[in-house]
Formats: sequence, C-alpha cells, structure tokens
Amino acid sequence: MAKSGESDGPPRGFSRRDFLRGGAAAGVLGTGLLRGVPPAEPAAAAKTGAGAPIVGPGPVPMNFRINGRAMSARLEPRVTLLDALRTRFDLTGAKRVCDRGTCGACTVLMDGKTVYACSILAIDAQDAEIETVESLGSVERLHPLQAAFVENDAQQCGFCTPGFVVAAKALLDRNPVPTLAEVHHGLSGNFCRCGTYAGIRQAVLQVAQAAAADPVYAPGLPGAPGVETKKREDEAVDPEKKHKKKKKKHKGGGRHGRR
Amino acid sequence: MADASWPKAEERRLIGTRVSRLDGPAKVTGSARYTYDIVRPGMLYARLVHCPHAHARITKLDTSAAEALPGVKAVRVIQGAGAEIQWALDEIVLVAATTEEQAEDAARAVIVEYEILPHYVDDMHLDRAPSTRAGQEETAGEPEKAMAEAAVRFKGTYGLPVIAHNCLEAHGQICEWNGARDTMTVHCSTQAVSALAPQFSERIGIPAGNVHVICQYMGGGFGSKFSADRWGIECAEISRQAGGVPVKLMLGRDAELTIAGDRPSAYAEIEVGASAGGTLTAWISRSWGSGGLGGSGNPPLPYVFQIPNRKQAHVSIPTNTSSSRAWRAPNHPQGCYLAMSALDDLCAKLGMDPLAFCRKNKAILGALAKTYLEELEVADKLMGWSERWKPRGASGKRSVRRGLGLSLHTWGGRGHRSSCEVTLQPDGSVEARIASQDIGTGTRTVIAMVLADSLGLPLAAVRVQLGDSRYPASGGSGGSTTVGGVTAATRRAAVNVLRMIFDKAAPQLGTTPDKLEAVDGQIRVQGEPGHKLTWRQAAALFGRAPVTTTGANPGAEGDVELTGSGAGGVQMAEVEVDAETGIVKVRKMVAVQDCGLVVDLKTAESQVYGGLIMGISSALAEEKVIDPVTGTMLNVDFESYKLAGIADVGELVVHMMTGPGYDERGVIGLGEPPVISPAAAIANAVANALGVRVPYLPLTPQRVLDALEAHGKGAA
Repeated sequence: MAKSGESDGPPRGFSRRDFLRGGAAAGVLGTGLLRGVPPAEPAAAAKTGAGAPIVGPGPVPMNFRINGRAMSARLEPRVTLLDALRTRFDLTGAKRVCDRGTCGACTVLMDGKTVYACSILAIDAQDAEIETVESLGSVERLHPLQAAFVENDAQQCGFCTPGFVVAAKALLDRNPVPTLAEVHHGLSGNFCRCGTYAGIRQAVLQVAQAAAADPVYAPGLPGAPGVETKKREDEAVDPEKKHKKKKKKHKGGGRHGRR
Repeated sequence: MADASWPKAEERRLIGTRVSRLDGPAKVTGSARYTYDIVRPGMLYARLVHCPHAHARITKLDTSAAEALPGVKAVRVIQGAGAEIQWALDEIVLVAATTEEQAEDAARAVIVEYEILPHYVDDMHLDRAPSTRAGQEETAGEPEKAMAEAAVRFKGTYGLPVIAHNCLEAHGQICEWNGARDTMTVHCSTQAVSALAPQFSERIGIPAGNVHVICQYMGGGFGSKFSADRWGIECAEISRQAGGVPVKLMLGRDAELTIAGDRPSAYAEIEVGASAGGTLTAWISRSWGSGGLGGSGNPPLPYVFQIPNRKQAHVSIPTNTSSSRAWRAPNHPQGCYLAMSALDDLCAKLGMDPLAFCRKNKAILGALAKTYLEELEVADKLMGWSERWKPRGASGKRSVRRGLGLSLHTWGGRGHRSSCEVTLQPDGSVEARIASQDIGTGTRTVIAMVLADSLGLPLAAVRVQLGDSRYPASGGSGGSTTVGGVTAATRRAAVNVLRMIFDKAAPQLGTTPDKLEAVDGQIRVQGEPGHKLTWRQAAALFGRAPVTTTGANPGAEGDVELTGSGAGGVQMAEVEVDAETGIVKVRKMVAVQDCGLVVDLKTAESQVYGGLIMGISSALAEEKVIDPVTGTMLNVDFESYKLAGIADVGELVVHMMTGPGYDERGVIGLGEPPVISPAAAIANAVANALGVRVPYLPLTPQRVLDALEAHGKGAA
C-alpha cells in the first residue's frame, strides 16, 4: 500500500507520452520495459538527462480518487485504469471485453467525461475524479436511469450493461432531453451482443421524457416514471455539486483538489 | 385441487404478465459477479500461448525462460515438440503467475518454433476444395421431372460466411483444486452447469461428485459455451500443479473470436419451380459450407415449405480453422436465408407479392400453417406491407431506394430434462433450487414467476437459487429448451408442495384436500374465501422443520403436458439502400412470434428484440475474414469484426402471439426462433429495393455495388 507523503508517488500531470518518451530515452531500462521483462525491484522515480522523470517498470505507488474516495495501490505503470479498478479496487462493474478502446464495456467517467478505462493508464488517471457504475446506485436504491434500464429490460446477459449505464448517464448529464438521434450518437461507442438496444434507447428516452415533463427534474433526481422513490439522500442535480460535497467530506485525503 | 397442468388464463396472476427480470438491479449496478469478475484469495492469473499458424508442426519448445520469471508459479505444455497444429491460435502452453502482467510476460517468454505446413481455408469455392465430406441428402417425389414441367423456374447461388459468437464475456473459468479432499471447484462462464462437472471429472480423473461448478452470471454464450474446453481442463490441471491455488484463465479477444465459437458458412446453388399461378412444385439444391475441421452442419432445405418434389444434397469442406460450435438456432439461419432468398427471387420472376405467395402455398407449410397465416396477417398490418409493397425495382434509378422483404422460420424448443427442489420453511418462506443457469434469457425470473403463481404467493415471497451443480440437475441452456424444462419442473415441484400442504390443512379447515386452493397468500376452501389459513399458518403445520419436495421434467421425449414444440415466426424488413454508396440501412423490422404459453412477456419480447438485432448484425456486418495466405483470421477485434451498433437497427416492432390457440400448446422455447429470419428478410428487402439480388452476406457496400454493377442497375 502507498505510504503517505508527496515524495513517494510519481509527479502530478505525468502523461503517458512523457512516460514513453522517458522510457525510450532511458536505454537499458526502456529496452527492458519493451521486452516486457520486469526488473528485480521497482525503480522509483528517477530523472534522465533530458529531465523526463522515469518510473517503473516495477510497481510504483499511485493514488486515485474513485467514486469520491481516496484510494491507493502499488501498480506497474503499464497497468490500465480498468485493470486497477477491477483487480486492485474490486470495482468490477466496468468489464474487460475488447481491451482496446472499442466496445465501451469498460466505460467510466473521468472528470465527468466518458472514457474507455481499458485505454487509460492508471498512472495517468491519478489527477482525475473517477466515477464508475458503482457510484450511481445500489440494488436497493437504483438511480432512476438504472431503474429505467430494469423496467425496460435494457439488458440480457448484462455484461455490456454497466458500460451503457455510465455512457447514458454522461449523455443525460450534458443533454437531459436528447432526441433519439442524440441517444444513438451518445451511445454509439458501446456494443451489445445479446441485442438490447431497443430496451436501452427506450430506457434513456423514458428518463429524458421525465426530464422534459418536469423542468426541475434531472437524471440525478428521484422521480423518473416507474421508479419507486426510495432514493439516495445524497443525489444532487448537479454532478459538480456532488463532487464538491464529497470532496469536502474527504478533506483529509489531500492532493486531489484539481480545479 | 392441486393439478400440475398450467393454470387457466383467468387463474394466472403472474404467468403471461410483464415482469422485470429479477437480476436486473444486480446487472445495472455492476454488482452482478460474472466469472471474469471473481477474485479468489491467492488466485493466480493464467495466460495461453497460442500457435500463430493455421497448420504447422512444433519443432522446438522452450519454457525455461518463462519459468524463471518473477511471479511465475506453473507452466504447462499443452502441445509439445512434434505436435501437428491444425488451426491458428490453437493452445500450446499455459502459464500461471501471481499477477496478470507477470503471466503476460511469461507467455511472451515461451519460445516455440514451428515448421509451417500447407493450409486450406477457402470455404466458398467447392471446386477448389482438396477434400469434402458428404452431408445429408434427401429426395422426395420426382424433382427433375417436376422441375422440367414447372411453368416458371428460377436458379440462383447464395451464401453466408462463417461468423463468430463473439461473447462479450470471453470463455474462461477459475479452477481451484483442493488436494486434501480431491475436489475441484470451477467458476465457469458456461451454458451447462450440470453437464460440466462430469466433463471435468472425466478429463482430470476425480469423481464427478467432487467437481463443483458455479455460474451465477454469464456474459453471453449463444451456443458456444457448453464444453469444459481444453483450456478449461488445462486450467484445472495447472491449479493442481501449482499446489491447489485458484487459477483464473479468460481468453483474450483474439482467441475468443478465432477459436471460441464459429457458425458454419453455407453456400448453395438452388433451382426452384412453380406453376404460373405461383404454386411451388419443385426444388433442387446443392449446398456446401465449412465449420472448420469438424465439418459443417446441414442447413435444413427447402426450409419451411415442404415442396412435394425436392432434392437436396449438402457437403462440408474441412478447413484449417477451429471447429464450429452451435450458434443460436444451429443451421436454421443458413437454411432460412438460402431458401427464402431463392423463393423471393422466384416470386420476382412470377411477378408475385411474397405475402401472396406464402398464402398461396399454405398447404405445404405443415403443422404450423395456421400459425404462419395468422402471423402474416398481424405482420402485414404492423408493417403496412399490403399498402406499401411494390414490385422489385419500382424505385427505378433513384439514388436512395426502399424495399420490403419477408421471411418465415420455425424451431422446436421443447423443454429439456430438468429437476427442481422446492423447500418450504416453517416461517413460510419458499425457495426453489435448480442447477440451471441464467444466460441472460431471464431463467431466474420465469422460475420465480411459476413458483409464486403456483403457490398463490407474490413474486417477492419466493427465492430462486440456480447456477450451482450441487442443486438438482438441469439441462444445458441451448436449443431454446431451458424455459420449458425449468418451468415444467418448477410447476410440478410447486404443485407437490401444495399437495402436502392441502393434506395437512384439510383437517384443520374441516374439508378434504381436493376442495382447497392457494390464492393471495392463503390456503382456502374453494368458494368459501373466509374459510382459510394464512400461508404462514399452513407452513407451520409441518412443525419446526422445513419440508422439501421435487418436481421434474422428463425431457424431449417425455413431456407433452406442460411443454410444447414447434414455434413459428414471421418477420418483415424495410430497408433503405443508397445505390451510390452501397450502404444498406434497416429502417424497420416487424417480428411476429409464437412460442406457445408465454411465461414472462417482457423477457420474451426481449428475446425477440435480441434476435432481430443479432440477425441485423449478421446480415449487414459480420464475417470472419480469413487470410488465404497465412490462414489466420484478420479481424480479431471489435474495430474490424463489425457488430451492429445502437444506431444501426432501425425501428423494431415485436408482437407475441398469445391467447387461445397458442397458450394451450404449453411452454415452448424462444431463444433461437427470432434470430433465424432477419438476414433473409433484410436481403429480400434489399433485392426489392434495388431490383437486383445481392446474393452473399454480409450486405456490405462493396457487395451491393458489385451486384448493381453486374446488372447495370447502379445510380443514374
């Protein structure tokens, strides 16, 4: 587990490009990494002549902010955000299907925007607010969008479903009353094999219609049709507000306030 | 009176209604744990080394570098030096390591050298095949004579390629050997929980009863997940080799697409003949296709029309690709596409509306003729076929052209062998256990509905446990056999519980058991609603111990009371084709489907929507592209193995045939039927729009443009 203190982790804002450039410049270390042979012990952050900091290829401490909580782990720099979520943090709602940024089953929100978690290195996700499907609702207290998915049977085997739920949530957050064409466009980055698209678009449009009927309504609020109103107390209209609220709660975590 | 037959329509409270699937909340919240999601304490991650060649002999194999890597706990050679490999991505070595990244490194460090051997992968050209295997042949009547005498004849060649199951949850399992007890626990993404334990037992040499298979959620199978598979057996063995630690092995996407499930291709030269009035008289077809080394299945031809004079022969072409697996409605999508395309072309030559053609030939539609005719009537209204259908090519030289097409299909779907155990606790709680699996079809939900409805309880008052080989045995989920099997078994188990309760309750209520009924959470005397026990009071009559009863469905041969066979369906497609770009868009599809007594209307409709969408995907996009030079599959990812997306499926209309004439046939499975017709209906609609047949699937822009060019009917 990560120790506390600023010096232990890789520097903030460390991009994948920097990492690769640094790795290539690092001669032996870079070659070792490309061959996929891990060194005996993790190399801690080091500086090359060019000034690019080098970490890995062994495990290095990383800190995250996931679903409003501070989390940390020692991970190899090559570990993707998806694998970190699934194997280190036991957040398995995001699925590994194509593992190359095409199918959308691993969709999570990064600072409110949908990303394919399989195509983001965990090390690059440290500065962001990560929200997974687990942050939306629970079995006992479904988010209205999730309730609409259930009501419209927008799932069969269910393996693609969490990715669709997150993508639909992001769509409705930025466009609470989308047209059918906008729903199609907003969800075109996700694939389903069982053929649940009919239910999915019906579910999303149902939530959108509720939003259109009630100007106060937004996807984050209780009150979507067909939804029992045993809603989460902490669901706010504005996802930004939600973040801020949670940030306050986790004041002690430090180092996460980015904005 | 506790009668095991299905309750009459007016007595059903849940059966036939629209119930949301019970595991929906677990799935939408991400809390449903699939095999891929399960992490066991101390679990190792395994990776396969695959052969990159379609046909080769291993000349050298060295795992020493892999074994020396950090974290590597076990290495197993699956096929060693000297082994002949017959298809690309066959499994060579399995490694297990502490982390997935270490396993990946170890797999890469394995050195395998090959002598490359000649391969054969062309399944489309029968004349080039180095060898063929004879398939089914059938002759009835006098086909040659009838063909010669037919007033109108049409001859055409059609085909559809090998496609992949491409399950979103890749094939895989977690195996955990316990040395002290000699047990093997297997969490497996499977369609056959009960059948898997004996498969593992036989191959790893421990008693079948010592193999415990668990599958609570599975991410898609479509017919490809009935086997323990060699990688599964090897995963079990490597767990044993590593000293009994759990080992997880899930296939990579390239392997999932290449070796974990193919639908055989099918091509056919077909000649059909009819009277001038459109009465079908003759059929002669020669078909071929490949399902890998194992040969292909036999597409049922001439499909739903039992043409009196017919001859068909099928041969399969062995290729250096992995063997095909059952793909949703095995052989039917192929048979349907080939037959309905040829008949549609015959209609065009006759100048006849295909809807009128179907009605004209109702006499040879067999036992389902009445069903088809009723369905055609419904579909006609939902599509507006009669008002809007125009003969082929009515769009002329316009760039964007619209067309309509239709198709009919059938499938058996009788319930499989299944057993169910129902336990009643003294507090009145009820639980059904059954070693079936919910592969996304809503199996949990239909079991709960039948149980609750049979006992006169609300849905929330019963629990269902499945997905565990320690529960009463139940068949694999294939061939649309599950819903009939599990609901019949559950119904009988539930009625057995009622009989026990009625026997105990009758003296209390001063009556005889045959006068009692279970309604609204009460055991009461028929016609005397005030004369009753609450469910809980009735449960307490057995003292402080639970009681358990069982019920069974005998399987395909036995049960004709609760389950039926032979579902019929009609589908119509409306497409828009751009003759300049060749792009085909599905504007609308109508599916009218029968499946006997519908248990859950909501999830039944979902099966049909899903069938339509999967069918649209196969019609427009799917094809395994095998490189003739290397013999390897080129499109091993989602960018190039195309699936239909949400924007590609158009308007979908589903209508289930229910009520008198349908309900009394019993429960009939529904997973297969709706996926059979879409490609045929869409291809016929494209032909209707263009005035030109695009004979080979998928209907890509290139194929559309080629067909237009060949007939000189491109955009003006």
